[in-house]
Amino acid sequence: MRLERRVAMATLLANRGDDLLLIPGLGSTTWDAAAAGDDDRNFYLWGAMGGAAMIGLGLALAQPKRRVAVITGDGEILMGLGSLATIGIQRPSNLAVIVFDNGVYGETGMQPSHTQSGVDLIGIAGACGIGACLDVRDEGALADLARRLKHLSETLFARVLIAAEEPPRVLPLRDGVALKERFRTAIGIKP
Amino acid sequence: MTTRVDDWPDRLFETLKRGGVRQVSYVPDAGHARLIDRCCADSEIRDVALTTEEEGVALAAGAWLGGERAALLMQSSGVGNCINMFSLARTCRFPLLMLITMRGEWEEFNPWQVPMGSIVDPVLKLCEAEVYRAHTPEEVAGAAERAVQQAFGGERIAAVILSQQLIGKKVWTK
Repeated sequence: MRLERRVAMATLLANRGDDLLLIPGLGSTTWDAAAAGDDDRNFYLWGAMGGAAMIGLGLALAQPKRRVAVITGDGEILMGLGSLATIGIQRPSNLAVIVFDNGVYGETGMQPSHTQSGVDLIGIAGACGIGACLDVRDEGALADLARRLKHLSETLFARVLIAAEEPPRVLPLRDGVALKERFRTAIGIKP
Repeated sequence: MTTRVDDWPDRLFETLKRGGVRQVSYVPDAGHARLIDRCCADSEIRDVALTTEEEGVALAAGAWLGGERAALLMQSSGVGNCINMFSLARTCRFPLLMLITMRGEWEEFNPWQVPMGSIVDPVLKLCEAEVYRAHTPEEVAGAAERAVQQAFGGERIAAVILSQQLIGKKVWTK
């Protein structure tokens, strides 16, 4: 029985703490993050497919005292696989890249993604030099991931195996300038 | 300040330092070799080697979200790799400072560089970038200063295009 995506997101973000900054990827993970509760420290992506992990890297390098979680989908990370190689040689200790893997492109009609045919994201992340790579397939492993996210001490990659379901969309703010400004204000950056 | 023919990368480096740039990303490039070396040797600059240039567009957005300034170094072919990711900078008005070395124009030996090289200027302008071109070493510092001001002061995409005359011919036989 695969994990439910909304439950997984809510579990990872429960009592998130002021220092957790979230980059949800284009598509379903952005709706999941909005469903878990809006927060000024979420920078929702409505585009830039393939860019979520690199936005997370730039943010993690700029904010070494805060934790950065990129939570994105299998299709989104597949479009930017090279970013795992780039992150693998930077390895900021405050960055987690978490992929909700349902094996399909949910936003475009549930067409199969490469992971459904055996492309191994955990193997790729490990081969790119990311030391902590977790395969999350059940509630126990999800709880463990949530704990590790709370006490992040090394670059972390996790593949969370989720069901291919389409819960009702929860749409967050989509004005990019407003999202950017509220995020920067929330973490104390002067204009 | 006098500018020797071959020390314009130092002018670019000084401009990045004065501009407070803390993250410099790049795909290795012969034209930017000296600037990349100087950034890598600087303790205040985090150098980030990329697998493709569009990663640097996203990196710069993340840096700005976290309060840091970034610059992206590339060769002209990399502009084409970035086009969709530019929508991130355009939609959200992220500052994006790019320093671009040209291929495919002056004394280019490799015809495969010409198609992208020949459309760099119009493509950048279609993407709403401010474009500053330096043909001579004397023009480099001024172009870079204006691009830094446009990018971070105006939260815009700004590109310095470094003509192939500055960089010289690629040597094909050794």
